[in-house]
Amino acid sequence: MTAVDPGQAGTGAATDPPLLSVEDLKVEYRRGHRVLQAVSGVSLSVRRGETMGLVGESGCGKSTTGRAIVQVERPTSGSVVFEGTELTSLGRAELRRARVGMQMIFQDPVSSLNPRRRVRDIVAEPLDIWGRADGEERQRIVHTMLEAVGLDPESAGPRRPREFSGGQCQRISIARALVMEPKLLVCDEVVSALDVSVQAQILNLLEDLKSRYDLTLLFIAHDLAVVKNISDRVAVMYLGKLCEVAPSETLYRAPAHHYTKALLASALEPDPSAAGRPPALQGEPPSPLNPPSGCRFRTRCPRAEDRCAAEEPLMREVAPGHTVACHFPLAGAVAPPVAPAS
Amino acid sequence: MTGAERYPAVPTDAGAEPPLLEVEDLHTTFRTPGGPLRAVAGASFTLRQGQTLGVVGESGSGKTVLARTVMGLLAGDNIERNGSVRFEGQELVGASNKTLRSMWGDRIAMVFQDPMTSLNPVMRVGQQIAEPLRIHLGLDRAEARATAVSLLGQVGIPSPEERARAYPGQLSGGMRQRVVIAIAIACAPRLLLADEPTTGLDVTVQAQILDLLATLQDERRMAMILVTHDLGVVATRTDEIIVMYAGRIVERAPTPSLFASMAMPYTEALLGSTPRLANPSHTRLAAIEGRPPDLVSPPPGCPFAPRCRYAQDLCRRAAPPLVAAEQPDHLFACWFPLGGRVGPSPAEPVGAT
Repeated sequence: MTAVDPGQAGTGAATDPPLLSVEDLKVEYRRGHRVLQAVSGVSLSVRRGETMGLVGESGCGKSTTGRAIVQVERPTSGSVVFEGTELTSLGRAELRRARVGMQMIFQDPVSSLNPRRRVRDIVAEPLDIWGRADGEERQRIVHTMLEAVGLDPESAGPRRPREFSGGQCQRISIARALVMEPKLLVCDEVVSALDVSVQAQILNLLEDLKSRYDLTLLFIAHDLAVVKNISDRVAVMYLGKLCEVAPSETLYRAPAHHYTKALLASALEPDPSAAGRPPALQGEPPSPLNPPSGCRFRTRCPRAEDRCAAEEPLMREVAPGHTVACHFPLAGAVAPPVAPAS
Repeated sequence: MTGAERYPAVPTDAGAEPPLLEVEDLHTTFRTPGGPLRAVAGASFTLRQGQTLGVVGESGSGKTVLARTVMGLLAGDNIERNGSVRFEGQELVGASNKTLRSMWGDRIAMVFQDPMTSLNPVMRVGQQIAEPLRIHLGLDRAEARATAVSLLGQVGIPSPEERARAYPGQLSGGMRQRVVIAIAIACAPRLLLADEPTTGLDVTVQAQILDLLATLQDERRMAMILVTHDLGVVATRTDEIIVMYAGRIVERAPTPSLFASMAMPYTEALLGSTPRLANPSHTRLAAIEGRPPDLVSPPPGCPFAPRCRYAQDLCRRAAPPLVAAEQPDHLFACWFPLGGRVGPSPAEPVGAT
């Protein structure tokens, strides 16, 4: 991706250094003598106070990107700068300290909570580990946090995770993530396993907590409507690479990448008048073990030409804050500059 | 809801044709240590050939139990079934296992949510499709094999010859669900029950699978019951929709009528809590606070009343019956329905508790 500053969306002023800046991030796995590149050069910056959505189909590398950002998975190469600190070169002890400011919550809230511990101890665990608070102070923080996520501290505190529903367990996970007062919260498919009514509760809760605690969110999900609802900007990922980044309204109103358009057209809207639309996209993504040459989407793209196979499209700006990696972008398509050979 | 009411049949153009499936006042109760759990409490509907019925509800609403009871899949000492399920005129509630087994696969088939657990992981997919063909249709090995390959092609699997030799683990989630569908349609059933057939699949694959089901249905004049939690799945793919809450049918209407004018506050709340692409970012979602009631000891009155923004005293005292207002085919169970409708009169003797 070019070093284009992505636009004016979000609450942080465009001149502030981003809270999180990811450059050419790569994550590879060895499969015998072959190499599977789950993330192939992702660059992304997230400003203070904004919510960045990361959307794509399963296997596109969006979760791996999230995990590599918080260094749960050490990236093969690339740079992750969080609050001015380069995380990829840190040793274990330094990394632990730097990581306090970034927390991650996952899709399955039930399995991410220790079934044998009481809710109040689960939420207090980070405080205990870091020796941040004990006694009354610890109790007070846990109380406040449980209340903030919409649980009754008195009744929920002494109980264990199995006594709670999926939505309530997700609230407990959120409370635990927030207890260390992180700056960045990475949410990996946090509402995908929940019923719509509970999903709405959790999305509303995240919005409330975000403004209450000045959080910055990286929100990873496959559901386009959910991502649009919560995000200021959205990045679309396909087969290990970003294909488009834009303010969320722009992305949904005027997608520039053919893949984004196809994804939007596949979304099932609760509206009978959408009947009879032709299927947006045939087939399935190719294997990341053997990605197509040039543009990775070309094998399924309605607009693909010879050039798309020969030459990889680079990320470039088509409008302020709107970048796309496509030789033939949609809508107000700009004549593509000659891309340097790579 | 009382058990005694008869609901008006949904009028269709093919008035002379008898319905394929008639479900009447169906109850499914699980005996639990805490007392009887009424998972389905009085469901009635009919389904005609070639029609699609959507069953929508959240987890625990009874939608899956309803589908499985209809199919006769729930049996056991701790399960009590009452009411009637007539398929092509034959009563299935209380039917012998032998009768049911002759129906399953042959005339009624089912597609479940998780294709990995419905397939045998150590059997090639071609063989898994061929098996019911040999059992139900009496095809020989070679015929069954050829038909299996042809079915794989019909469900949109590329190079079916080769894929027939694959094991489920070698296929993607979308491909596995196609295999499950191929097995389900192998013996040309008259009715397909699809329980969350696309949940867990990617949006693009989801659209493909739903299109596939619709095409197969058209070609074969097969009726379908599509069970889902997602209003987006049923909006464009069904003729009629049933909305379930706490084991009861709370609204039942032709699909266009349901979306054009919802009568039941629960249906409205469900739609309001769904994020929409058409809405601007950061639109506050109308979440339904609280949780569905405990089905072992449900509250008196309307089961949705504790979470309903329109609830009044009457709602907490008496359960509203499922009735129609000006449109005979649009039923709702609400004392104070939406859209300027007139609710049922509470003076009528209803099963208030």
